Amino acid sequence: MQWETVIGLEVHLQLATRSKIFSGSPTTFGAEPNTQASAVDLAMPGMLPVLNEQAVRYAVMFGLGIGASIGMRSVFDRKNYFYPDLPKGYQISQFAEPVVGAGKFEIQLEDGGSRQIGITRAHLEEDAGKSLHEDFHGMSGIDLNRAGTPLLEIVSEPDIRNAAEAVAYLKALHSLVIYLGISDGNMAEGSMRCDINISLRPMGSKELGTRAEIKNVNSFRFVERAIRHEFERQAEILESGGRVVQETRLYDADRDETRPMRSKEVANDYRYFPEPDLLPVVIDEAYVEEVRRGLPELPMDKRKRFVEQYQLSAYDASVLSDSPALAAYYETVVRHCSDAKIAANWVQVELMGQLNKHELGINDSPVSAQQLGELIVRILDHSISGKIAKQVFEAMWQGEGNADDIIEARGLKQVSDSGALESMVDEVIASNAAQVEQYLAADEAKRKKLLGFFVGQIMKLSKGQANPQMVNQLLAKKLT
Amino acid sequence: MAIEQDEIEKIAELARIRIADEQIGDVTRRITEILGMVDQLQAAETDGVEPMANPLDATQRLRVDEVTESDQRDAFQAIAPAVEQGLYLVPKVID
Repeated sequence: MQWETVIGLEVHLQLATRSKIFSGSPTTFGAEPNTQASAVDLAMPGMLPVLNEQAVRYAVMFGLGIGASIGMRSVFDRKNYFYPDLPKGYQISQFAEPVVGAGKFEIQLEDGGSRQIGITRAHLEEDAGKSLHEDFHGMSGIDLNRAGTPLLEIVSEPDIRNAAEAVAYLKALHSLVIYLGISDGNMAEGSMRCDINISLRPMGSKELGTRAEIKNVNSFRFVERAIRHEFERQAEILESGGRVVQETRLYDADRDETRPMRSKEVANDYRYFPEPDLLPVVIDEAYVEEVRRGLPELPMDKRKRFVEQYQLSAYDASVLSDSPALAAYYETVVRHCSDAKIAANWVQVELMGQLNKHELGINDSPVSAQQLGELIVRILDHSISGKIAKQVFEAMWQGEGNADDIIEARGLKQVSDSGALESMVDEVIASNAAQVEQYLAADEAKRKKLLGFFVGQIMKLSKGQANPQMVNQLLAKKLT
Repeated sequence: MAIEQDEIEKIAELARIRIADEQIGDVTRRITEILGMVDQLQAAETDGVEPMANPLDATQRLRVDEVTESDQRDAFQAIAPAVEQGLYLVPKVID
C-alpha cells in the first residue's frame, strides 16, 4: 500500500535574553554547573517568578514575523510532573491562552516550489535543568544552570508530508529567528530542539492515523533520519496488520533508531492549572505597533526583493538570503562591482565553497565583501580572465592583499596588447601546421571545435593571461 | 460526581503521595465529598462569564532584562544533602 506521512513539529527555541524568564540569573551557555542557578531557579520556599519583558517582546516579534494573531492577554499555567531537574515539580508554561496564536509559514522546497505550513500557536515557557546519569555512586547529578531559560515552543499544524519538508520547515524557521535576532539558533548547544509527531495513513485518506511522538531531536540531519526510520517502522506494523501504539519515543542517533521511552519517563497527565504566582499578561496595540516598527526585513521579503532587484533565480535568492550576514555580504559585493549575477556566482561558488571547506561562517571570511567586489570589477573590465581570478581569490584568501596588489605583484594582468597577442598567435599557427591545414579543410561546424585548440595553445603560451576575445578575433582573421 | 479508588491511586502516584492501603477508603470518601462541592459550583450559570485566571484584578508587571543575581552556589550547596563537582546529587532517576 502507498502510505502518506503526516508530520507535525514542536520546536523549542531558546530565546536570546540576557537573564532568565522568571529570575535575574544569567543565561550564558557553558558556565560551571549551578553557578547560574539562583534561589528562584532552585525553587527555594517563598521565591516568586517575575516575568522578563524581553521574552514577551521576542515572542511578539516571532508572532508578527509569521503573521500570527498576537495574544493581547495571555496566561501562564503550571504543567505538573516530577523530575529532579525541575525543582518546583511543575514547569511554568502557557496552555489555553498563549502569547502567539495561529499563523502561516512559507517553506521553499528543493524542486523550486514552495508550500504553506500552518503554525497552530507559540507559547512561552521555562526550560528545565540537566540531569547527568553517569555514575555518581549510583546517583544522578543535577545542573540547574539551564533551568528557567526562556523558551518559545512553536507548534506546527500536521501539514508536513515528508522528511525533506520537515527539514525545509526547520531551516526556514531557523532563518527567521536569526533574522529577528530572538535566538542564537545554535542547535549543537540545544538552542533549537525538536519533537516530531508522526503518523501514517493510506494515500488519499482524510483520517489521521495513530501517531508516535519522537522527542529530543537536535539537528536537521537527525530529524530527517528519525522521520525516515519511523516511517519504515510504522509502515511495517501497518502492513503486517498491526496497530501503531500512541507513545513517546526517543531517537537514538548512535544506533539510528527510535525506541519507546520507559513508562517512568512519561508523565502523560500534566494536570495544568493557572499559575497563581503570575497575573495575566496584558499588552496593548501600542506595544505591538512599536515591536512591528522595529522588525527587520524578513527572509521571505528579502528573497522576493533579491529576485526582483537583482534578477536572481528563486534558488539563488533563497541561498543568498539565508542569513542576514550573508545577504549583507552579497549586497556589498554587488554595490562594489555592479553586476548582481556574477556577484551571486562568486559568493555562492568560490566564497561559500571555501567557507564550507574551512568550516567558517560568513563573518569569519578572510576575504571581505569589498575585496571580492573589487576582484569582480577586474574580471568585468577584462584586466583578468575568470580563470585567473580564481588564482587571485586563492591568494586573497591566504591574506596576500587586495585584488589589484596581487594582480600587479604576480604579473597576472591580461594581455590585451594586440602586438604581443599577434606574435603569440603567429607563433602558434607556425608551429601547428598540420592543425592549420585541418582547420582550413573543415566545414563551419567543425571549425568552431578546431578553433578551441588554437585558443588553448595561446592560453598556454600566455599562462592564461591572453584576452580571450582578442585571441578569437585575431585567430579568425589569420586563419583564412 | 463519584471518584473510583483506582483514580485516587493514580493521582497519588502522579503527585508522589503515598497512601497506605488502610487509608485509601477514607481518602476516597473525603475527596468524593469535596467533589460534591465542585458539583454544586458547576451548577452555577457561567454562560458569558470569562474564565478567571487570577482573583486579583490586576495584570502582570514585567521585569527589565538585566542580570541581577550573582553566583551563590556555595551557600546553596552548603545545605544540600549531597553535591559533587558542583552538581546536586539525587537518587538515580533512570535505572
